[in-house]
Amino acid sequence: MRWIKSIAREIYGLFVDDGSFAIAILVWLGLAVAVVPHAASSARWAGPALFAGLALILIASVLRFARRRK
Amino acid sequence: MDLSLGHEATRLWTTLVASFLASLVECVEALTVVLAVGSVRGWPGALAGAATALGVLAGIVAAVGPALTRIPLHLVQLAVGAMILLFGMRWLRKAILRSAGLIALHNEQAAYAKNTAALRGAGVARGWDRLAFAVAFNITMLEGTEVVFIVIALGASGRGLMWTASLGAIAALLTISALGVALHRPLARVPENTLKFVVGVLLSAFGTFWVGEGAGTVWPGNDLAVPALMAAYLVIALCLVPVCRSVARADAVEG
Repeated sequence: MRWIKSIAREIYGLFVDDGSFAIAILVWLGLAVAVVPHAASSARWAGPALFAGLALILIASVLRFARRRK
Repeated sequence: MDLSLGHEATRLWTTLVASFLASLVECVEALTVVLAVGSVRGWPGALAGAATALGVLAGIVAAVGPALTRIPLHLVQLAVGAMILLFGMRWLRKAILRSAGLIALHNEQAAYAKNTAALRGAGVARGWDRLAFAVAFNITMLEGTEVVFIVIALGASGRGLMWTASLGAIAALLTISALGVALHRPLARVPENTLKFVVGVLLSAFGTFWVGEGAGTVWPGNDLAVPALMAAYLVIALCLVPVCRSVARADAVEG
């Protein structure tokens, strides 16, 4: 059925617009999930560090788009 | 004042507002096509298609929502948090680029004109209009799937939040339906990009918080970290708009 294919495409499109942006987010989240449980002493900084990484990914992605678009 | 009650209220309100605004954007896009179908092909097929899709979507929420509550909370927070981050940051990125003028804004009036022209060219139906039903069903399913994802993602992170998130989506549906019935034309004046900007900020903040919680992070201020994250994402996004504009301009001059 065509609408099921359309929905599958739509669901993929929900999460992925720019492939490298999505991959960078997932890699950063993977690192956070791997490191945070073993870093009990710095657990207070884990949340802000998680946010800072995501903010940097967002900044890098939009600036790269702005530079590419001439 | 009991602090835990304050945190609970913050969580309920932010979930309700995020669900309402995100659903509002999707409902506007679906309304444009359903209006085009109704005005060109007739209302029985259009309304039946939209209503059938809404029934299917409600069934999905009813089936998937309670099932998620049986999975350990930290796993749900990690999985849903990651998905909502991908979704929210994608919206936020696009909204920043649209606000900076680097991507064209979505135009409901143009979408309406394109859909009515295509439907007029499809010939006249005798009796039950299957095309009207199919087009209205498809668009409601497509946009509604995004609403369902948002409701499930926002609702899965805590007890009682599924109802709150559903309420936000239902309120958005009723608001847009009422406006559609009253105006009988696409809602071209809805500031769609502003809504996407706000929802992108809200979802990015929720996603960051949940992934952190799922990974075992202790957030400073506990649930109050959510509004702090929202404020931080909003400031960064607002600063990025003029920066992107000037970067694009400078590169154009150099190029």
